Amino acid sequence: MHDMFRLAEVPRPSCTAVEFPETYRRAYRWMLLARVAEEKIASLYRGGKITGGVFLGKGQEAISVATGMALRDGDIFAPLIRDQAGRLAFGESLLDFTLTYLGARSGPMRGRDGNVHRGRPKEGLLPMISHLGAMVSVVNGILMAHRFQKKENTVGAACLGEGATSTGAFHESLNQAAVEKLPLILVITNNQYAYSTPNHRQFACNDLIDKAIGYGVKGHSVDGTDLGACLETIGGAVAAARDGEGPQLVIASNLRLAGHGEHDDAHYISQHLKELQLGRDCLDVAQNHMLTQKWADSSMLDLWLRDSQSLVEEAVAHSLREPAPDPAKEDWCALASRHLQEGNPPQPSHHH
Amino acid sequence: MITYLEAIREAQRQALENDPRVYIYGQDVGAFGGAFKATKSLAQSFPDRVLDSPISEDAMVGSAIGAALQGMRPIVEMQFADFSTVGFNQIVNQAATMFWRTGLPCPITVRLPSGGTPGSGPFHSQNLEALYAHYPGLILMTPATVEDAYAMLLEAVAIDDPVIFCEHKYLYYHLKADSLPKESLPAGKARVARAGRDATVVTYSAMVHESLAAADELATEGWEIEVIDLRTIKPLDTDTVLASVARTGRILAVGEAWPWGGVTAEILARVAAEGFNLLDAPPMRLNSKDTPVPYHPNLWGTHRPTARSIADSLRVLLRS
Repeated sequence: MHDMFRLAEVPRPSCTAVEFPETYRRAYRWMLLARVAEEKIASLYRGGKITGGVFLGKGQEAISVATGMALRDGDIFAPLIRDQAGRLAFGESLLDFTLTYLGARSGPMRGRDGNVHRGRPKEGLLPMISHLGAMVSVVNGILMAHRFQKKENTVGAACLGEGATSTGAFHESLNQAAVEKLPLILVITNNQYAYSTPNHRQFACNDLIDKAIGYGVKGHSVDGTDLGACLETIGGAVAAARDGEGPQLVIASNLRLAGHGEHDDAHYISQHLKELQLGRDCLDVAQNHMLTQKWADSSMLDLWLRDSQSLVEEAVAHSLREPAPDPAKEDWCALASRHLQEGNPPQPSHHH
Repeated sequence: MITYLEAIREAQRQALENDPRVYIYGQDVGAFGGAFKATKSLAQSFPDRVLDSPISEDAMVGSAIGAALQGMRPIVEMQFADFSTVGFNQIVNQAATMFWRTGLPCPITVRLPSGGTPGSGPFHSQNLEALYAHYPGLILMTPATVEDAYAMLLEAVAIDDPVIFCEHKYLYYHLKADSLPKESLPAGKARVARAGRDATVVTYSAMVHESLAAADELATEGWEIEVIDLRTIKPLDTDTVLASVARTGRILAVGEAWPWGGVTAEILARVAAEGFNLLDAPPMRLNSKDTPVPYHPNLWGTHRPTARSIADSLRVLLRS
């Protein structure tokens, strides 16, 4: 519907096989578009144009895009707050992003919910609630429904951070997926901090991948700063799930290269971690890799950057022209069964 | 004769038979037939659609939400209403907000075996209807009769919104009817369980029967007590309540749940705001005590309202 705001020349992948270098270039372009789009929204936030929070996926684009690209029509995707790249690759319009962040009535959430909480569940893109881990069992349920409905060869991917592994919802839902042998891919991006909490205050196991054996699911570890590795690992996990091998737990390691949200200066992030391999910017790594491999040259990179910038500028300009929701025209009804909605308390009546 | 529990089982059998989108998911609901046998023999008839779940209330409800989005009509059995608090987040934050946020209906039915029975204690006796009714986006049903247990559960499954179905464990075996109903009042409509002219008792679930017994007792003293069975807590049928108060001029709201901010408070707030001029006496309410539900029958019998304490309250109301 908003096709002009998708990278039209970048088709959805038709299979999960990693076909380098074309797949790599496609992935890079989604990552770049996500980065440019988020930087634009961050800039609007600093200019006071955004109501509510802004959450960036800076440093997380590689694992995110790999997840979005490995999925296909009929699959389910439950992104978290740092999955702009994956959303775009899964097929979300850039306009959904800008309209929602700018609070437009015409966005998918119609001003009723904002920023990273958008989704189009009919199209398989789930709108996250804020409670970490809560979307995973929803994906499970959709996959159970697919089984009831004999809808075959679909998978569902849910993304979480390492902080969410401490929740009961994570435990219940991964265990549930394992018991039901569902084609779930649970992608945990261990970006070393949950808001400000470092890993040693979050969990005590040596490596989150050790949890896989406890749940009876297949585990995969990957360097989240390495796009090629992410494409390969996620592609393999998705293929395994699709082939009936049950839930796949992927642990990607990286470092959050931004605050928790744009309100957060991230002063607590350790200098030491920034100097490690996991502290690399996956976009730089991918760019250098393409140049080294001669999969792209600098003029192509410039062209792709300009393409992304113009797409983002158009989407933002369009969204800024869209009207905000009007409380007088709002349909204040929380129920699909309208006749069962309680009204606002009526004014006192006068019985005589 | 059919019991309240059998009516719930029959409604589920009917729902499974009528609609291939329906499935039942809960702890021990499969071959075992459920902790209370509310799903007894259903797994034999529908082996693919009556599924044992792990002890994971959050994931039980979360997965039901996902399945509902994908076109199914799940019935989730909580083993006890009390345990639904572990799935609370999914119910109130995911299911209840889904339609408002996305425009997609979320037709799940969550069965809560509710209320006290002797010896059940603090964690197998709770009445959580007020808690769930507080949240926009949920329907709250509290059937008091065998007929309603059957008809309302079938209606709950058909409704396009999340329904919290509070079935009362005390009524499971105590309540019997000759047959199942062919038709019934719709959700959101209260029922005059007993007509009277001197005072109105507004109540629901097991307290309907305690209130009817209190009304019998008061009848021997010459009073005619009207008893309203709300049937649905949300939406609340304020019109039927006000019409009754218009006839009697006196109201006692009775609930087995805790008093603070609950259903009885909501009823009285509405009557005071919308029907103040109808009242001949200050409105009254009676709930359980504001403590956890006690284990020992001696304590439990005093903790919750009973026919005797309801009759005592009515005598105060009728004198004021």
